[in-house]
This record gives sequence, C-alpha cells and structure tokens, in this order.
Amino acid sequence: MAPISYRNAFVSIEKEVYEPAEDSFLLADVAIDRISDGMNVLEIGVGSGFVSAVVAANKNVEPIGCDINSDALECAYKNGIQVFRSNLFEGLRKKAYFDVILFNPPYLPTSEDEKLEGWLNYAFDGGVEGRDTIATFFAEVSAYLKPGGSILLFISSLTGKGEVFDIMEREGFSGYVVAETRAFFEKLMVIECTHNR
Amino acid sequence: MKKEMMDILACPLCKGELVLNISSDEGEEVISGTLYCAACDEYYPIEEGIPNMLPPEMRD
Repeated sequence: MAPISYRNAFVSIEKEVYEPAEDSFLLADVAIDRISDGMNVLEIGVGSGFVSAVVAANKNVEPIGCDINSDALECAYKNGIQVFRSNLFEGLRKKAYFDVILFNPPYLPTSEDEKLEGWLNYAFDGGVEGRDTIATFFAEVSAYLKPGGSILLFISSLTGKGEVFDIMEREGFSGYVVAETRAFFEKLMVIECTHNR
Repeated sequence: MKKEMMDILACPLCKGELVLNISSDEGEEVISGTLYCAACDEYYPIEEGIPNMLPPEMRD
C-alpha cells in the first residue's frame, strides 16, 4: 500500500493494521492544534502510528505510543514512533509524566468476521466495546497525566456521547467537544478532557 | 526503544522499576534485550526495538 501523506507526515500502513480514516484525520488535526513544542505526549492504541507521526511532523515533540497489537506496533515503529506493547497503561510507571494523552478507542469492528455481521450488529457491538475500554481508560488515566494535562479522546455518536461524558465525570474529569464532523451513519468528535483537581 | 524510555516503563504486574539488559543497540536505540523485574523475577523481552510489557500469560 502506498504511504499516506498528510500534513507533512508520510505514514506506511501494513496489513492487519487499522488504516487511517476520518477518525484518525480528525484526531490528528486536533492534536496539532492542542499540542505545543516540548510536551510529553502518549498515544494509547497507537495503531499504524498515523496520529503520532502527524504530531511529530508538525511539532517539536516525540510522542510515545502503545498498543496491544504487535502488527500495529511494528508498523508504528517503522513510521518512526517510539512504542511499547501494553494493555492500556499496564506497562507504565505510575507517575504524572504526560502533558497530553491521545486515545482513539476501538469502537469499530476490525476483523473480517465482524464486518460480515452487517450494520445492525456493527452499531451495537462497537458501541458496547468502545465504552468498556473508555471506562477502564478513565479509571486509570489520572495517575499518568500531569496536573493540568489534557486528554484528547475520539468518539463517535455510536459510542454514545452522553454515556461517555457520564464515565468521564464519574472519574473526576470534565470535558467538551472541540471538533466534530459528520460521516455516513455517525457523528465523529474529539473531546478534550481535564481532571478537576 | 530509546534508553530514556526506561524512565517511564514499569513491570505490568507490580508496577515496579525494571533493569535493562541490552543484547544489541544502535546508539541510544535498544534493538534487543530484556527488561527485568527483580520483585516478580520476571523478564520482558525487547525485540526489533519494541519492548513487550504484556504480563507473561498474555504474551503470544
């Protein structure tokens, strides 16, 4: 597959790795807007490394990425991103190190089997899974975020915006939608969240 | 991984500090080796520049 060129970044995509789509472009745009030179940036679920590579190409920042998928990590590493394999924050020290944490949670079915199940299951399964991971993320994230640091979270209207805000607020965060775009069957948005401490 | 990533990585089981053992490197980049947790007596492999911080039972 030809490398994707976007906002000064050139990103190669490998097989078995999520191909950057509208969600990735929206999160990358917001990330460039919100991240300043010299910040410590973490991307959870780094995938191909697309979002982190766009940040690195436009800011004096070296994002660090993690993922549970080893194919994704190989791809992100080839794209010049420092990565480690981990289930969410498990492999990180509990210290408030990061200024910005980027997260595009797995709300879309990715395997061929899931795609064949059609749109009906698509909305239900993706939504439920997306929120489970988001809940775990918010229960753990505060230990790794600097005071005043922020989270840039991508969600779809299929994930359930109200439910995601409930999770955030339950864990002591507040946030607002900073970017929004329409896709075929869903609204895509990025939420910026900060801890109320 | 860059050697400075040691500042942020932890054992996924106990969240404790790790000891880096390098098998091969290129400058600041560790290509292969292990990360060792003395408290858990567990090794986490670094292969082709990527540390695998999954708990041992979740590894491929």
